[in-house]
Amino acid sequence: MERYYSGKIEKSPRIPKLVEALYAKMPEIEPARAVLITESYRQTEGEPIYTRRGKAFEHILKNIPIIIRDNELIVGSTTLAPRGCQTYPEYSWEWLEAEFDTVATRTADPFYISEETKEALKRVHPYWKGKTTSELATSYMAPEAIKAMEHNIFTTGNYFYNGIGHVCVHYDEVLEIGFEGIIAKIQDAWDRCQVSDGDYARRSHLYDAMIRSCQAVIDYARRYAALAKHMAGECTDPVRRAELLQIADNCMRVPAKGATSFYEACQSFWFVQQLIQLESSGHSISPGRFDQYMYPYYKADLDAGKITREKAQELIDCIWVKLNDLNKCRDAVSAEGFAGYSLFQNLIVGGQDEEGEDATNDLSFMCITASQHVFLPAPSLSIRIWNGTPHDLMLRAAELTRTGIGLPAYYNDEVMIPALLNRGLTLKDARNYCIIGCVEPQAPGKTDGWHDAAFFNMCRPVELVFSSGMDKGELIGVPTKPVEEMKTFDEFYDAYKTQMNYMIQLLVNSDNAIDCAHMERCPLPFLSCMLEDCIGRGKTAQEGGCIYNFTGPQGFGIANMADGLYAIKKLVFEEKKFTLGELKEALEHNYGHDAQNAADPAVLAQVAANVAKELAASGRHVGEEEVTQIVSSVIGTQATDAQNARYAQIKEMIDAAPKFGNDDPEVDMFARDVAYTYTRPMEQYTNPRGGRYQAGLYPVSANVPLGAQTGATPDGRLAHMPVADGVSPSAGKDTLGPTAAANSVAKLDHLIASNGTLFNQKFHPSALSGMTGLENFASLIRGFFDQKGMHMQFNVVSRETLLDAQKHPENYKHLVVRVAGYSALFTTLSKSLQDDIIRRTEQGF
Amino acid sequence: MNDRNVTGRIFDIQRYSVHDGTGIRTIVFLKGCVLRCRWCCNPESQKFEIETMMVEGKPVVTGRDVTVGEVMDVVEKDRAYYRRSGGGLTLSGGESLCQPEFARALLKSSKELGINTALESMACAKYEVIESILPYLDTYLMDIKHVNPEKHRQFTGRSNELMMENARRVAESGMTELIIRVPVIPTFNATPEEIRGIAEFAASLPGVRKLHLLPYHRLGQDKYERLGREYTMKEIVPMEQEYVEMLLDTAIKASGLECQIGG
Repeated sequence: MERYYSGKIEKSPRIPKLVEALYAKMPEIEPARAVLITESYRQTEGEPIYTRRGKAFEHILKNIPIIIRDNELIVGSTTLAPRGCQTYPEYSWEWLEAEFDTVATRTADPFYISEETKEALKRVHPYWKGKTTSELATSYMAPEAIKAMEHNIFTTGNYFYNGIGHVCVHYDEVLEIGFEGIIAKIQDAWDRCQVSDGDYARRSHLYDAMIRSCQAVIDYARRYAALAKHMAGECTDPVRRAELLQIADNCMRVPAKGATSFYEACQSFWFVQQLIQLESSGHSISPGRFDQYMYPYYKADLDAGKITREKAQELIDCIWVKLNDLNKCRDAVSAEGFAGYSLFQNLIVGGQDEEGEDATNDLSFMCITASQHVFLPAPSLSIRIWNGTPHDLMLRAAELTRTGIGLPAYYNDEVMIPALLNRGLTLKDARNYCIIGCVEPQAPGKTDGWHDAAFFNMCRPVELVFSSGMDKGELIGVPTKPVEEMKTFDEFYDAYKTQMNYMIQLLVNSDNAIDCAHMERCPLPFLSCMLEDCIGRGKTAQEGGCIYNFTGPQGFGIANMADGLYAIKKLVFEEKKFTLGELKEALEHNYGHDAQNAADPAVLAQVAANVAKELAASGRHVGEEEVTQIVSSVIGTQATDAQNARYAQIKEMIDAAPKFGNDDPEVDMFARDVAYTYTRPMEQYTNPRGGRYQAGLYPVSANVPLGAQTGATPDGRLAHMPVADGVSPSAGKDTLGPTAAANSVAKLDHLIASNGTLFNQKFHPSALSGMTGLENFASLIRGFFDQKGMHMQFNVVSRETLLDAQKHPENYKHLVVRVAGYSALFTTLSKSLQDDIIRRTEQGF
Repeated sequence: MNDRNVTGRIFDIQRYSVHDGTGIRTIVFLKGCVLRCRWCCNPESQKFEIETMMVEGKPVVTGRDVTVGEVMDVVEKDRAYYRRSGGGLTLSGGESLCQPEFARALLKSSKELGINTALESMACAKYEVIESILPYLDTYLMDIKHVNPEKHRQFTGRSNELMMENARRVAESGMTELIIRVPVIPTFNATPEEIRGIAEFAASLPGVRKLHLLPYHRLGQDKYERLGREYTMKEIVPMEQEYVEMLLDTAIKASGLECQIGG
């Protein structure tokens, strides 16, 4: 018998109907959760925090409105409106009230909000003043860390405003023993405690809250059972009536008990997935290895003749649709950085099992098929690749990539597993890794990874080297030696490392402060009872209850820093083409590009105020000379034409220097070293949950907004332009095609960046056309992974992208298109030919 | 003389090429050609002399002299991808056979490094020259543009007898996989009769199994301007997909070979 079934399965006519209904209206903010949690908190003042959290969750699940949507087979909706969202005032709320009148009209991820909802929220919000995690986090932070964030060196905003999320729970356990089984486990742990134990007081209240939460989930499912039964009674369509009765049966059994069929397993999975996100507002709640833990139920039903592949596919497709029903409203700034209503529910297929054998099964293929059927952004589908990955799975994944949906992301087991072993995971746990959120690996069911802990802009510290730690008139970094006095490249590089190290420890301070705030104010009993070994340790995940605890802040801008530092090394110190002083001036004047810009009066006023404050605080003598010096260093002096010409000349020399991404061993090895300036210092720090820091090298989409806050950099990048994306070369700087770029990226040390790295490549669908196109595409990934690349994803571009590429060819120098049997770089083609290709983009394959 | 030290003249090395031979390949474009095809999409390949093109108002030198060792260092960089895809090195041009020592040394070095080799050429050289490279060549992608000597001369500058004779001798040698490629150019060879003629010729060559039709495109048009030359095929528009498919059908029927559009 075949090891797995890889044939294609047709889409059920139900799926397009579900999708259409889901996207019929703009998503809406609903007030129920905020109102209910506030009611509960008002009643539990003074009680232990676990009890308050447990009772609040119970109160929400008992009273929040429920709905079964038309045509649904899998039920459980957090809001009445499709793709609506609830709010989470215990984390933060002030931003929402401030944005009440703009949230429906903003460009990134708008949400409708009714006047009634606004009123309801306005009534409960005042209760939370002074009680949120974000307020407590601020009071825990060191002043210099807050200052560094005000100056945009890094941001820890994600967990500052929201819950943590970024977790994959033991879905397998819930499917197997149900919440009744989990309650029994908790009871058992409780029974083994003595009332005289040192930690009994806390433990007993936690166990009580866990049991209360699990029971609340069982009861919540039964509300759906009752609703389904009621609806069946009123339904005139016999087919739908039978479906509703089946739903009622399912919700009576699961997730209370272990699943006895694939359908029940799907429903049980869904309640877990949905309700974790109702307990807390954290995103990146990742289903992980869905094809693995769902398989036994599928296999048993299939073998027993209880289910057809078509029916199983339909249920999986229904889950895929439901994953897009969940939503979250972020503040306007964050919404820009996470645009696309994304919750980053990462689901991964394929790879090895705990024993190191290939784990591909029927469901691995069916998950890919589901993404093709549903064609929606969730789940964030990923695939694990190793040397033993079946070729047909690889090709099926490539086919999905070719559709232009941007999925799946490809991960290399051969790098991930050793990277995780190096972080102390057991071999079995490392082999069983899944991906959280964007690109972050962890052992599912055992890890509180804090994977999205911060964005750190590696370009900002180099600005501090040029300013000796000053920014907008304030000392925010280390007062390193003026660059004009530096005699060697090493002196400069050391100063960069000094600024980096200083800022990294402030980032750690900020993250740890937020960590403490979550621990104190938002421990999560429900989530924790599905994570090892929270029950055994008698701690929530927020208090270090998990087996593995990490904090993973990500850095970005490696390519800019590698190119920039390399240019300084070569052009300033080896070839002596210009001095550091000249470069400093050129950067201050944005390489002569904004010669016309006068100083902004608002900035000037702020600068003056800061200068005054600084000087007063340090009790320094304020002489005219000092003030002039400081002010001129901030706003610069107006440059002459000759000076601007020189700055442009400096940029030209920098632009001509070798760049990361072109398979040049010297630059690439240099980039590897530059990445270490972020990844290595991070390793030495610990978090309040008893875990370590581990760096990631990926930006989500923060490289654009954070780039806008960054001045010109020594790699020739102009002020306010985006910073390089993940570990990818700077846009347009890789000119030798996809293999050369991949080889450069592979030369970085991906193993040390064990919170994940992100490498993006852009292709036009035509480059993947036909079987040969798929084969070559698969070989490109294999070849990159053979050289220890960690992750790769593909942006198969749309018509809009091509139009943008015509306007801004500098950003698309490496975009591959296929024309009449040839592959070519898009930007090298004539306008008329480009137009031809744009017209053809819509035609598919 | 050590093969690595042999020098030659190229105008480009293009990595991640996926249409000239199997798998992911690195194409080395040798400079200099014996023909002057009017539709040539690489006009900078025709002259052996190093030339200057004007690109967006700036002069760009095209053509450089390199050693085999320098080229092979670049070729070797994508070994991981060749291994996974069955790819390797492809020599193109120009006509590589115009630099026989260099071409032979490149192919030989490649084989010694375990890298698959292909040659895109119209076999316009003495057979002895071709024979000397065959031991190092896995795939010969040979252009047959027309079976009519006069029309061939009119559009490419030379008659086709030598090339057709060489095609037969390469096929009979059995030393390499021979694939016939036809640039399909409106006004030159794009009628069903003309394609049928080429297809029948290809079918008559022993051991040939594949025929590629490469439809005319305008990728090279800009380069003529950059070289300060006139593009004489301005009025020629690319064929409709349906028409090309009709020609493909004609080729299949006439030859019985595995035929495809594109490389």
